Amino acid sequence: MKPPPFAYECPTEVADAVALLAAHGADARPLAGGQSLVPLLNFRLARPAVLVDLNRIAALGHVTVENGALRIGAMARQAAVEADPGVARGWPLLTDAISHIAHPQIRNRGTIGGSLAHNDPAAELPAVMLALDAEMTALGPEGTRTVPSGEFFAGTMETALAPDELLTEIRVPELPEGTGWSFREAARRQGDFALVAVAVLLRPSGSSSGIDARVVVTGTGDGPQRMREAEAVLAERGTGGDACEAAGNAAAQASEPADDPHAPAWYRQRLVAALTRRACREAAMRMGR
Amino acid sequence: MTTQLIGEPVERREDARLLTGRARFIDDIHLPEMLHAAVLRSPHAKARFTRIDASAALALPGVHAVITHEDLGSANAPMPLLNEDPGFIYPRTHQALAPGQVRFVGEAVALVVADSRYLAEDALDLIEVDYVPEPAAVDLAAAAQPGAPLVHDDTESNVACRTADNTGDIESAFAAADFVLREELRPERGAAQPMETRGVVARYDASLEQLTIWDTTQAPVSARGVIADKLGMAEAAVTVIAPDVGGGFGVKIYLVYPEEVLVPFAARMLDRPVKWIEDRREHFIGSNHERLMVHRIEVAATKDGRILGIKDHFLYDSGAYCPYGPINAQCAQAILPGPYKIPAVHSTYEAVYTNTPTVSPYRGAGQPHGNFVTETAMNHVACALGLDAAEIRRRNLVRPEDCPWDSGRIFQGNTPFIHRDSDYPAQLAKALDALDYEGVKRSQPAEREQGIFRGAGIAFFVEGTGISPYEGVEVRVEPTGHVHVTTGYPSQGQGHHTTLAQVVAETLAVAPEQVVVESGRSDRFAWGVGTFASRSAVVGGSAALGAAKAVRARALDLASDELEVAPEDLVLEDGAVHVKGAPQMAVTLGALAYAANPINTLTSGAEPGLRAADYYRSPDGAIASGVHGAVVVVDVATGMVEIETYVVVHDCGVMINPTIVEGQILGGTAQGIGGAFYEKLRFDDDGQPLVTTFMDYLIPTAMEIPSIEIHHMESRCSLNPLGVKGVGEGGAIPAAAAFAGAVEDALEPFGATVRAVPLDPPAILALIEGRAES
Ligand SMILES: Cc1cc2nc3c(=O)[nH]c(=O)nc-3n(C[C@H](O)[C@H](O)[C@H](O)COP(=O)(O)OP(=O)(O)OC[C@H]3O[C@@H](n4cnc5c(N)ncnc54)[C@H](O)[C@@H]3O)c2cc1C
Repeated sequence: MKPPPFAYECPTEVADAVALLAAHGADARPLAGGQSLVPLLNFRLARPAVLVDLNRIAALGHVTVENGALRIGAMARQAAVEADPGVARGWPLLTDAISHIAHPQIRNRGTIGGSLAHNDPAAELPAVMLALDAEMTALGPEGTRTVPSGEFFAGTMETALAPDELLTEIRVPELPEGTGWSFREAARRQGDFALVAVAVLLRPSGSSSGIDARVVVTGTGDGPQRMREAEAVLAERGTGGDACEAAGNAAAQASEPADDPHAPAWYRQRLVAALTRRACREAAMRMGR
Repeated sequence: MTTQLIGEPVERREDARLLTGRARFIDDIHLPEMLHAAVLRSPHAKARFTRIDASAALALPGVHAVITHEDLGSANAPMPLLNEDPGFIYPRTHQALAPGQVRFVGEAVALVVADSRYLAEDALDLIEVDYVPEPAAVDLAAAAQPGAPLVHDDTESNVACRTADNTGDIESAFAAADFVLREELRPERGAAQPMETRGVVARYDASLEQLTIWDTTQAPVSARGVIADKLGMAEAAVTVIAPDVGGGFGVKIYLVYPEEVLVPFAARMLDRPVKWIEDRREHFIGSNHERLMVHRIEVAATKDGRILGIKDHFLYDSGAYCPYGPINAQCAQAILPGPYKIPAVHSTYEAVYTNTPTVSPYRGAGQPHGNFVTETAMNHVACALGLDAAEIRRRNLVRPEDCPWDSGRIFQGNTPFIHRDSDYPAQLAKALDALDYEGVKRSQPAEREQGIFRGAGIAFFVEGTGISPYEGVEVRVEPTGHVHVTTGYPSQGQGHHTTLAQVVAETLAVAPEQVVVESGRSDRFAWGVGTFASRSAVVGGSAALGAAKAVRARALDLASDELEVAPEDLVLEDGAVHVKGAPQMAVTLGALAYAANPINTLTSGAEPGLRAADYYRSPDGAIASGVHGAVVVVDVATGMVEIETYVVVHDCGVMINPTIVEGQILGGTAQGIGGAFYEKLRFDDDGQPLVTTFMDYLIPTAMEIPSIEIHHMESRCSLNPLGVKGVGEGGAIPAAAAFAGAVEDALEPFGATVRAVPLDPPAILALIEGRAES
């Protein structure tokens, strides 16, 4: 469990980091908090020739609220965002979800950008960013582009980032007054990756039920999955009666987990149903319904 | 005045060093010119090979050697068989390096020595072995069948050992039964996974022709013998030192692992110190496990719940070799009747070779398996007869007035299992009370209406402890007044130095700070065997007491000469011998030690020094016992379980140090809960391990372990002078059964019957939904 040889660069400017990635192409890997990448190196599952350490780039660590929207630098530590009072006020779903990631020690090092770029199929942050309609800012040799979260996550440990692109910032739009939210996770132990996690956002809207619902499930496949059938149930029927249960069942039906050593597929589907139902009820309660 | 120390919660003398980072674990040992080793391990569960091409590895700058079986010569002779078993058919032990055939993924094939561990691992990638894979025997039940792929080609079956232990008239028992329970129970346990993995550092001093080995072993004295033998050296030229060791739990006693021969061999060959530190992945595949047993059990009972007889036939997964003997199966078999008066018990085990890492004892050594079988069967008999789980136990317990009660069973170390010195009914009453068992039962109907599924489970345990072989302790008073205590068995965190100091300091009436304890160095004390089987307090503690008493007697004799007063008129207090009633007439122990070394006047043949050694063996061991109880709430939508209450009632006899006893119980119980709910090793059909990291092997953390309420029942053991019974393993033994019982009770409306552990959430949901288990 020692990494194979690699060269090490530690630029202090974003532009230098991008230039290094451009120079080395697919042989280079950015190093953020190292909480996912270093284990991969130690198991010799990743063998980059060059590591471009982003930890000395001061410009990527911000957490700010601007015109109502949240801007998070890719290198902001998970713990810093978790503790940020502005985030807790405006996007409590994010604060709550981060508390489910690993343990405090790991969140002290792990970054928001690292988790999103890594896109582990059971990670919390990609699911939450998808539910929140976040936008990712990427910087490459060609300049900056913005990718909506719906297009960013591209399958197990895959994203829309090119090998020579850096994720620099995540922008999260303001949530309307009266938005209900819930994050529910089932993991074997405190701090484990989710067996299944569900993020639910209920925004007030002009739909027949007065709700615009967002239901995102993770842990069941190749990354965060929007459960549009469940969303439609809620938009149509609201959250009263057995609507939450119906939404849970719809989500379970739409999920396509596979058997793995941690759980059989049928079990994960049970979790999707139960957690979605509970998350919808909790979000409805928070919405004042 | 003599201060009482035995029984006091004296602070652990080890803690200041351990907690402030001043301990010296194996990886803290840095020697000048030291090289680093890495082991090439088999990627196949079963394969042959004829050629190992290390040329590319050797060409890598910084690589000093690649050692294969051909280089080892006689050092590669098979390892010793540690325990005989009357039923052995094919005893087979491992070799340091696989000679042309590998039998599990992880088996050592070559050793690379390089300037750094990084380089050594780079070199591993460059070694080519022409493996020809063969079909492997992986599944326990399938491996036991005729026609299964053979793990050892020179055998006719994978059944290594078949041993029966039959007590009482089983035919009459079953003929008289009103009810017979028949079922298959599958207790599984994972691996100890101490926080510190294994490691070996070796230095050969060519000028003195002396080899020094630092080794994370639980048995340095025994390891010295095996290593010296393998390397063709005198024991006198080999020193084995167990430094601070971060947890053992059984996995660090094997005698010996390949690296314990390979690393010293390399150090001598290269004339450079060599270090090997096992990484976690290696620990999962290159160190021993405990795994599945499959018990087919039949229990004969009367309709009022008296158990008349048990028949059990079980398979035991031995892994690829059996150098330890099938001790786990032996122990599981011995404790089958538990604390119950069962007139007839007939059982047979078959230890089966599989192409998986070798199995050897882990905290409890098969007793958690045997305990799960008996205690779970008790629950199922109760359920079938419409009896309460506590009531059926009460009706069958051995009572104090029955004792000594010979169960007729034979435990590890050829120890007869005879109940005495404990009050099982009182233990049960205390556990039920602490658990509010009746209260839980009373609230169940109303709670179930509201969708709350709470249940209570209890499990007894009886544990063989303090068994053979012997251990020894030497106590020597220095002229400085310090008392030097040495023993061979090392500590892996148990606090031996604290408890030994308590025993010796009280006996010699000195302050514990005056007592210096050393253990685990073969150059200081080379008798006895090691630390395992909850033996140290019983066997080592009794030896320490014997040695200290002999020193005290000698001190009184010496003082009698010095003070010219009869020994009866002398007392030992505050580190000195006084004349009774005349405390000013005194001579200190230090002065007596000085006088005991009369360099110019010693009579030939007399022994100098104020010192004594004592050796203690307990032919009947010492049985510890107790009851665990759990209250759990099951979320029936997710199968997740919350442990609300966990109660331990235990009796380990006299507690030398109650805080240390509680530490042992808490740690053991945590490991028991791990085995009950979280920890499982898995292999695919080809024998590839699927669990090799802590992402996949789920050890419960402080967040998962509930607060555990401990109730002590201190009945003195009549078999040893300290009155102690072992306490190292008891916590780990009944947790799975207690937990399973509580889950069954919570899920009673679903008719859930637990037949296997660990019980993970999918398994629990399967019980609820009546699914065939995944
Ligand atoms: C014990 C343990 C438990 C954990 N549990 C959880 C959990 O429950 N949930 C969870 O979500 N995570 C968990 N993690 C992972 C943790 O959250 C990581 O911090 C996260 O996945 C990666 O973030 P990082 O900053 O450490 O990134 P790194 O490990 O440094 O990088 C991860 C990957 O992202 C790439 N990368 C990083 N930053 C950028 C960037 N700005 N632009 C482009 N590419 C980039 C890297 O090249 C690498 O491929 C756990 C980790 C550990 C060690």
